[in-house]
Amino acid sequence: MSALAELSTLGRKKPPGPAKAKKRDNLAGYLFLTPWLLGLFVITIGPMLASLYLAFTDYNLIQAPQWIGLENFTRMLSDQRLHNSLRVTFTYVFVSVPLQLAVALLLAVVLDRGVRGMAFYRSIFYLPSLLGSSVAIAILWKQVFGTEGLLNQVLQPLGFDGKGWISDPSTALGTLVVLNVWTFGAPMVIFLAGLRQIPAMYYEAASVDGAGAFRRFRSITLPLLTPIIFFNLVLQIIHAFQSFTQAFVVSGGTGGPSDSTMFYTLYLYDRGFGNFDMGYASAMAWFLLVIIGVFTAINFIASKYWVFYDD
Amino acid sequence: MTTETLRTAAVRRRSATFGWARIRPVLTHLALAAAALVMLYPVIWMVVSSLRPGNEIFREPGLLIKDLEISNYRVGWNALTEPFTRYLLNSAAVVFGAVLGNLVSCSLAAYAFARLDFAGKKFWFSIMLVTIMLPIHVVIVPQYILFSQAGWINTFLPLIVPKFLATDAFFVFLMVQFIRGIPRELDEAARIDGCGKAGIFLRVILPLMVPALATTTIFTFIWTWNDFFSQLIYLTDPKMYTVPVALRSFVDATASTNWGSMFAMSVVSLVPVFLAFLLGQRFLIKGIATTGIK
Repeated sequence: MSALAELSTLGRKKPPGPAKAKKRDNLAGYLFLTPWLLGLFVITIGPMLASLYLAFTDYNLIQAPQWIGLENFTRMLSDQRLHNSLRVTFTYVFVSVPLQLAVALLLAVVLDRGVRGMAFYRSIFYLPSLLGSSVAIAILWKQVFGTEGLLNQVLQPLGFDGKGWISDPSTALGTLVVLNVWTFGAPMVIFLAGLRQIPAMYYEAASVDGAGAFRRFRSITLPLLTPIIFFNLVLQIIHAFQSFTQAFVVSGGTGGPSDSTMFYTLYLYDRGFGNFDMGYASAMAWFLLVIIGVFTAINFIASKYWVFYDD
Repeated sequence: MTTETLRTAAVRRRSATFGWARIRPVLTHLALAAAALVMLYPVIWMVVSSLRPGNEIFREPGLLIKDLEISNYRVGWNALTEPFTRYLLNSAAVVFGAVLGNLVSCSLAAYAFARLDFAGKKFWFSIMLVTIMLPIHVVIVPQYILFSQAGWINTFLPLIVPKFLATDAFFVFLMVQFIRGIPRELDEAARIDGCGKAGIFLRVILPLMVPALATTTIFTFIWTWNDFFSQLIYLTDPKMYTVPVALRSFVDATASTNWGSMFAMSVVSLVPVFLAFLLGQRFLIKGIATTGIK
C-alpha cells in the first residue's frame, strides 16, 4: 500500500492541519463513492437480506409473506427435481469448465509460439465468447443439434446415423457442454497475456540444458501459469454455475427433455417466476450462493497445493 | 529461396532440421485455420441459410447460395406483434442507458478507490471485489419485488437505474486497475495549478482513462445487448420486448416451423455485437487481459 502512504504525506504537507485535511479527504472519498454505496445497499445488500428473510417464508407476491421457519429447506431435502437439477448443474460445471480451459490453454500455447497472424487467430477464437451467451446462438444450437440439423446433415453422408441430439435426454446436456467449450476464447486471451509474462530466458536456459518442447511446457510453462489457471478456474466455475440462457432457449424453457437440461437456475426461475413460489426460490438462491461460496473456498484452499507464485 | 537464406535460417534454429523447420509453421497454420473454420462454420452457415429458401435449412449443409432469398428477413421482421424495428429500438434504449450509467458511476467509484484516501477504503474495496462474484439470483427475487412495487415492471428502469449505481462492480475494478497506472505526478501537477479533487478527476484522470472507458462501453454494450435473464423477468409486455426476449418468443410462437425467418432475425440480432467486436476488439482483448492479471 505504498500508494496510500504517498497520499498521506501529501496531505501532511498541506497548510491546514492533518486532522482537517483528513476530514476533507473522507468527505471527498465518500462523495465520489455515493452512487456505488447507494447501489450496494439498495440494489445488492438490501435485497440479499430481504431474500434471506423470504427464504423462511411462504410468499406468492400477492399475499404478505408467511413465516414458515425451515420448511422451505426441508422441502428442498425431499425435492427430487431439485436434486436432479443439482446433478445436471454439477455435471455441466465439472465437465465443461475443465474441457473449456484445456482447449483455451492448448490454443494459447500454440499461438504464443510466435505464429504469424497471431492477432487474427486470437480475434477469431475470441469471437464466440462474445456471441455465446446470446439467444441467437441458442437458436442456432437448437437447429444444429436437431434431428434434421446441420450436424446430422454433415454426418449422414459419412455413414453415421443421425439422431436428435437435443431431443435425446442422454445427449441434450452434451450439446450445452459443447456450447460452453465453444466460448473458450475469453480464458484463452487471459492465458495468452499470462504466457507473455514468462521470461524468454527460462526457455533458453532449458533448451541449452537439452529440454524438449514437451519438457519445457511441463516444467516451465505449466508451473508459471498456475496462478492464471487458478484465476480462470475460479471465474469459469462461478460463471458456469449460473448458466441460464442457453439451456432455457434450447429446451424451450422446460429444462427438458425429461429434465436433462434443468439447470439449477432454470428450476429457480421456474419456481420463482413460473409459479411465484418466491419463498422457495429465495431459499434456493441462498443455497446456490452457499454452493458457489463453498466451491470458491475449496478452490482457494486447494490452490495452496498446486498454484505456484514466482515471487 | 537461396542457399544463403536457408543457411541463416539453419543457424537461427540450431536444433531443427531443414525440412521440419519449414513444414512446422505450415502445419500450425493449417491446424489453426481448420480449428477457426470449424468454430465459425455454424455461424457462417446460419447467415447463408437465412438468405436461402426456408426448407433448404434442413437439406443444405454447404455454403453455396443458389437462389438468393431475402423474404426470410421481410417475413421475420413482421412475424411478431410488433415490427422488429421496435425491439431493436428498445434494446438500443436499454443499452444506451446502461452504457451511460456504467461510465458515470463506475468511473466515480474507481477514482475514489484508486486515488482518494478515506476511512474504510480497504473495507469497501474488498466488499466491491466480492460483489463481482455474487450470483444475480440471490438478489433477483427481492429486486423484482422492489421494482414491481415501484411500478417499474415493463419499463427499462430496472435494467438501467442499477447501472447508475455502479452495480457492475467488474468495471469499477477494471477502471481502478487502469487509474493505478496513471502517474501520480500528473495529479500533483494539477493540484499545484489549483485543481481540487473533482478538478483532477475531470481534467486529468477522465481524459487519460479513455481506453478504460472504451473497454467499459464495448463490454457493457455487448453484455446488455445479449442479456436475457433480467430482460425476460422485467419485460413481459410485447411492446417493451428487447431483441433477446422477442427472439425467444419467436421460438415459442413459430414452434420451429419458420426456421428461415428465425435465422434471419437471429442474424439481425448478432450484427450489432459483431460490429462492436470489429470496432473494439483492441479494447476488448486488452480489457480481459488486464483484469485477468492482477
